[in-house]
Amino acid sequence: MNKILLIIQREYLSRVKKKSFIVLTLLVPILFVGMIGAIGYLAANQANMGDRKLIAVVDESGWFKDKLANTPTIQFAYASGSYEDVKTGFTKSDNDFLLYIPQSTKGIMLYGKKKASLTVSQTVEERINAVAQAHRLAEAHIDSAVMADVQKPLHMEVKQLTDAGEKDADGSVTFIIGMVAAMLIYMSLILYGVQVMRGVIEEKVSRIVEVVISSVKPFQLMMGKILGVGLVGLTQFILWIGLTVAISTFGGGLLMKHSGAATQAKEMKMNAGTMPAAQAAAGGDNEMGEVMRTLNNVNIPYTVGCFLFYFLFGYLLYSALFAAVGSAVDSETETQQFIMPITLPLIFTFALAQTVIVANPDGALSVWLSIIPFTSPIAMMIRLQFGVPMWQLGVSMALLIAGFMLTVWVAGRIYRVGILMYGKKANYKELAKWFMYKD
Amino acid sequence: MISIRNIVKQYAGQRALDDVSIEVAGGTVFGLLGPNGAGKTSLIRIINQITAPDSGEVLINGERLHSHHIGKIGYLPEERGLYKKMEIGEQILYLARLKGLSADEARKRARYWFERLEIQAWWNKRIEDLSKGMQQKAQFVATVIHQPELLILDEPFSGFDPVNAELIKNEILELNRQGTTIIFSTHRMESVEELCDSIALLNKSHKILEGKVKDIRNRYRDNTFAVDFTGNLPTPDSDAPFNTVANAENDGIGKLTLKIKPEFTTNDVLGYLLPKVSIMRMEEVVPTMNEIFIQTVSKSN
Repeated sequence: MNKILLIIQREYLSRVKKKSFIVLTLLVPILFVGMIGAIGYLAANQANMGDRKLIAVVDESGWFKDKLANTPTIQFAYASGSYEDVKTGFTKSDNDFLLYIPQSTKGIMLYGKKKASLTVSQTVEERINAVAQAHRLAEAHIDSAVMADVQKPLHMEVKQLTDAGEKDADGSVTFIIGMVAAMLIYMSLILYGVQVMRGVIEEKVSRIVEVVISSVKPFQLMMGKILGVGLVGLTQFILWIGLTVAISTFGGGLLMKHSGAATQAKEMKMNAGTMPAAQAAAGGDNEMGEVMRTLNNVNIPYTVGCFLFYFLFGYLLYSALFAAVGSAVDSETETQQFIMPITLPLIFTFALAQTVIVANPDGALSVWLSIIPFTSPIAMMIRLQFGVPMWQLGVSMALLIAGFMLTVWVAGRIYRVGILMYGKKANYKELAKWFMYKD
Repeated sequence: MISIRNIVKQYAGQRALDDVSIEVAGGTVFGLLGPNGAGKTSLIRIINQITAPDSGEVLINGERLHSHHIGKIGYLPEERGLYKKMEIGEQILYLARLKGLSADEARKRARYWFERLEIQAWWNKRIEDLSKGMQQKAQFVATVIHQPELLILDEPFSGFDPVNAELIKNEILELNRQGTTIIFSTHRMESVEELCDSIALLNKSHKILEGKVKDIRNRYRDNTFAVDFTGNLPTPDSDAPFNTVANAENDGIGKLTLKIKPEFTTNDVLGYLLPKVSIMRMEEVVPTMNEIFIQTVSKSN
């Protein structure tokens, strides 16, 4: 036992002390926050970046004159000449687009020097429809205030009713939390699993392995490495989460004060003003509040606890397999044929997670995926937020532990033979033979 | 010190060791010889408890091999290496502690050996930054740092330059003088004659020869002598007390290799030769371990 601790200590320290670990641990949160910040900043300041499209409007119907509202990215200018004149002069003008509305308002055309982007065509369409609607209402002598009242959407809250009482249950929030957790598990299983594999290959290639296993059992060496790398992963996760929170609170506040918030708020107001009044009323505060309430309703200790459990045992299960692969080969280039089948269940579950499981978290497929050890770490993360019966969670966890013990046992048997096999091309038949060897 | 009794080890489809028994006396240098694939490494791995035999047993000082013996054995494998990215001092301490030394004791011994081999200035260097010779010294320190009672060296001199090989050889002999039993696996026979008290020869998973080096060589003596002489030696007739094996001339000196007939002695040979030529030297030709090795192995094949 004492020897395993020594091995864990070496595996842990030798990785944590590496420059690449320190750099990666610091850089990822900075890049992550920076990227989000940059996206937000760019989105908010699009108008200021000289990216405003000029649209010349030729309105023969007379409905639209001075009524189309500008946006930060689109500016409407009403041309005075005839359609023919404007159209011939268009390619030489400063205008990016030409919007032509015939007398009958049928056959409206948007010409562009370049192909119009989806946002431009959609925004223009929205704007004309809003004006057209207002115009028709006026023609029908309906007060626009009455109309706004008519169109006000009804709001429905989604709640879960259990014996313990009501709970807010907004699908989109649970979806996001589940996806983030599933993605983290998916990435970390592969990331740290591969690190274990590299470590094993390194020991084999540098030929230290025989020196070490004359002092400790191969199984101890393998477990020491797996646990050591696992601790590195845990350290990195905790630092990433902590640093991201710290940087985003600190840096985010700074950025908001600077420019982003003001512009964003202005834009929001502007959008709201030009949207049909009814639509605007629904947006904003109400929905935001609901998200916050659902967030508050997420049982954090339960979620984090389950996340750590599935991360830990999922990692142990997969890294044992990665260790076995590392022991079987002489260099990383030979690992391809073995890695594929290992990562396949992960990729498969992750793909299904975004579609099938989210759409139907209690369906037979989702339940099975969340119970089978190889797929449960990812599948359960998605299902968790929708509520999982205790017995299913229990079975899933018990099976994951059993699955971990099984893979460690299998991997250990392959590993003890593999690490001493130099220069032998391994295939599945060979691995099976190693597995069958007596001690 | 160590008795290996009726060891059988089977790998899928092939037998690596077939009923091998070897006795190694305490305080001796024992040579484990054999061509590649004879089963030497398999046997060594069993003594090191890296693998277990299918049947048979290994006793150390009369006790059945057990994991607490690990600290008493030092092993320098043929396939050896160190962590490339790890500092050499730290690495030696790690390996010493895996053998069961306390941190303090490991540090003290490591200092001693580093000074003795004059590598103390490299304590904080990574292995990949060291010269090959330096790495090998470090590897040797890792093997002996826990003061093993039994030292198992698999091809210890492979890859060493002559200066370092000599240095390590002297360290090994010094340890042996202090009482360490040494098992020495090799197929380089010249070092065997120089170092080993006893040997065992393995071939194709069987032990085909065992004993003291001196005894074995004596056993392989066949009354062959070499005679240097000047003068003209007429071709010996059938009355001569020997059969001629070879007769050559080099710079005016005749070199005769002869085998004495069973009923005669060296004096009879001298009596026959003296009247004919003037003798400069006469010496028995004892087969070298290398010759014995080749002879025994090819006979058993």
